Amino acid sequence: MSTSWREPLPPLDPNEKLDIGALLDGLEHYRPRRRGWTWRTPVPEQRIGEFTYHETSEPLMRSVSLPAAHYFGDIDPQPECVITTEIASGRPEDDVRRMRMAAWHGADHMMVIRTAGQSHIDGLLEGTPEGVGGIAITRKQLRFTRRALDLIEDEVGRPLNFHSYVSGVAGPEMAVLFAEEGVNGAHQDPQYNVLYRNINMYRSFVDAAVAKRIMAVAGILQIDGAHNANATAVKAYKVMPELLVQHAINTAYSEAVGMPAEQIALSTVPPDAAPAPCMRLDLPYAVALRDLFGAYKMRAQQNTRYMDSDTREATVAHVMNLVVSRLTSADIQSTITPDEGRNVPWHHNNIAAVETAKQSLVGMDGLREMVRVDRESPELAARVRELKERAVLFLEAMLADGGYFAGVEDAYFVDSGEYPETHDDGIARESGGGVAADSIVPRAGDYLAPVCHHFGDNHLELLARYLDDPSAAALLAEEGGPGEGGCVCEFMGGCTLCDDAKVPYIDELDPTDNAAARLTQTAELRERGLIKPEVEWTGDGVVVVQMFLPAPADVAEAAALELGRAMNLTDREVIHKRVMHPAEGTFCELKGRLDVAIDPATLVLPEPPDLLEDEEIREFVAEHEVRVVAATVGHDEHSVGMREIIDIKHGGLEKWGFGVTYLGTSVPIEKVLDAAVEHGASVVLISTIITHGEIHRIMMQKLADLAAEKGVRDRLLLISGGTQVTDELARSWGMDAGFGRKTTGLEVATFIVKQLRERGA
Amino acid sequence: MVRPDTYREVRAHLADLDDAALEDRFWKLSREVVEPLVELARTHTSPSIERSVLMRMGIDSPTCMAVVAECETRGLLGHGAGHVVLVAMREWGADAPAAAARLAAGEGWELAEAKWGAGR
Repeated sequence: MSTSWREPLPPLDPNEKLDIGALLDGLEHYRPRRRGWTWRTPVPEQRIGEFTYHETSEPLMRSVSLPAAHYFGDIDPQPECVITTEIASGRPEDDVRRMRMAAWHGADHMMVIRTAGQSHIDGLLEGTPEGVGGIAITRKQLRFTRRALDLIEDEVGRPLNFHSYVSGVAGPEMAVLFAEEGVNGAHQDPQYNVLYRNINMYRSFVDAAVAKRIMAVAGILQIDGAHNANATAVKAYKVMPELLVQHAINTAYSEAVGMPAEQIALSTVPPDAAPAPCMRLDLPYAVALRDLFGAYKMRAQQNTRYMDSDTREATVAHVMNLVVSRLTSADIQSTITPDEGRNVPWHHNNIAAVETAKQSLVGMDGLREMVRVDRESPELAARVRELKERAVLFLEAMLADGGYFAGVEDAYFVDSGEYPETHDDGIARESGGGVAADSIVPRAGDYLAPVCHHFGDNHLELLARYLDDPSAAALLAEEGGPGEGGCVCEFMGGCTLCDDAKVPYIDELDPTDNAAARLTQTAELRERGLIKPEVEWTGDGVVVVQMFLPAPADVAEAAALELGRAMNLTDREVIHKRVMHPAEGTFCELKGRLDVAIDPATLVLPEPPDLLEDEEIREFVAEHEVRVVAATVGHDEHSVGMREIIDIKHGGLEKWGFGVTYLGTSVPIEKVLDAAVEHGASVVLISTIITHGEIHRIMMQKLADLAAEKGVRDRLLLISGGTQVTDELARSWGMDAGFGRKTTGLEVATFIVKQLRERGA
Repeated sequence: MVRPDTYREVRAHLADLDDAALEDRFWKLSREVVEPLVELARTHTSPSIERSVLMRMGIDSPTCMAVVAECETRGLLGHGAGHVVLVAMREWGADAPAAAARLAAGEGWELAEAKWGAGR
């Protein structure tokens, strides 16, 4: 029985997981709270922390900042452009969890990839069947996801755009569904159907006109499909003139059927990648595109054409793409996960991609003001001009050859030559062929679609015949009715686009292939709070092991699989290998499944440190004039860690007024103790490095023993630090405390004050 | 057709255009390319378009599928599936979802036949 009615779900608690069951419950009553696309709100000259930013937007209420942010007061500046993440786990119940993580890292455009084959289904799917390489887009899936996004956007404090595809055979229905369910953005480009999905070209364009009109009415941002030419081409750096043509065809078509310019976004990719001199090749293209399409939005996509299994290489390629975005423009910065070259994206790789975009965009904030594309550069200027001319030549020839349909039959598109060069290897489609061939029908003289905003010939005046209300009939009869763009649905008692209450809802059609059934399989994990690794789906158990193997690549791969067996991994697969040297060895990444779940109740967690307030420490130190001597001991010349703990500029002990005497590096223990006595110190800090000779242990023990010998042990707090020191080890060797990696001055200061208090200071 | 890069030879007529004129030409040609496509769309419909009309009338997807499939079989798509439903609504005094449900169940097709003939 449904527990939730028309009441919204309670706000999310950042410390609690999404309640998938509650989100699935009562969906028949859920209605989206808005339609249309939302851009970020730019804040010019925004002061964040110690810095002024030129290209950022309103901050988030809750987020995860970049890894280095803790050096900068944990600031998390948000670029001014929308950031996309593409999510396609195949299961809506897992997609929303990933969306929440992505939103916290700065994504506000959740693009859901469709399951393989949905574009060939002539009609809509219902329910929540599992997808392959993407998700089955259905009313329930959209409603469930949008409902989760409502909660997530409230949690992070920024509107989240939800996006999928109005392409394929059922485009007009998808467009209506998206409008009804509050989907904010969509890919719509009939050329995509024709070239890559082999859907009949007449059908694709006829459908697209109706779909685009509905998208226009619902404020859905349209993204075109030209980037696919780049991803498909034999030589992606040769398709630039054609890319301009593809963008133009979809743009001109969209405007002709009633889509406003501000709803039209171009999906543009820097076509190349290193080792090509990609920036010098791609920049003129980016400039030419923005010259020609200045009236439209730019959705900057990242290159997928030259992506391999190496996530490092992909990330660098994407950063170079981001430089192009920053030097030119991007309204939406799309991201591709660094693992897309080797598998369907995993949770943490969505986050990695979003962080790459955020880090790069924020890092290059305002760069354009200092580093500008040199429009006078002879190479750039000539190339920009050349690309435009080549595109014009393409259009001229296509028109001379009989227009778009003839051009497609003639394999004009996705040829590996740079137009007018051709290699006769483009994609050719028959106008009478493809999926859903022969399915368009001429509209008859009495064609009537009794709804508003319907594109094309529509004899709405005929509606009068079917109405009992004579005044309505009279109105419709006037000058051929209220016109195709007018809202005629009022005569019919409303349509779903005008009256939300008319939208029907279907739950599940398949009793076994649905979210609720899948959730029962992982119910134990949720109910008992068990922890099992995952990359895509709850409890999938997938882990990756990185290893360097001193063997040639083929041997290393076989060895890695055997090592995976020894680790009890099933479904083992080497997903990446990289030769370090033909004989010396190979780096391998091994994927496998680990069928183990951990009960957190069995875990022993270290106590989180209970830190004192600055003022409390300062008062104590002032009152007791606490003095400290510090040194690195043994043959250790590393002083960075010690300086972090003591220097005022690093937020060290000096900050609270500790009198610190720093004795230097490689200081003998005797000297350290003598100095402590001489300065009347109550604290001795030594820093050690772990050595094969156990010098660190010897030094600590010596300090404790010598202090006892001299009769000063009880007057001194002996503290040791170092990257590999643990508190447990240090104490076992006679210290009062040990501090390891990432220790802050505050932790040490807190310890000192608490200890001195305990000792009755 | 395989063709070498003839760009230098075939661009002569563009050489004298300034950038603005070149860009205007790009857009004029693009609009010319799409014009017949828009015309095709204005004068044609498809099963998906007709299902999208029924959806907007408040009809659920399986019912849309059934009604439009029957319209296709009977050669009625060109009159509009919404038109067919409208005829039934009028006759039965029913709203769109109710009328479509009855049509999907096989009722009422004689109404369309009376209006538009037996079709194919």
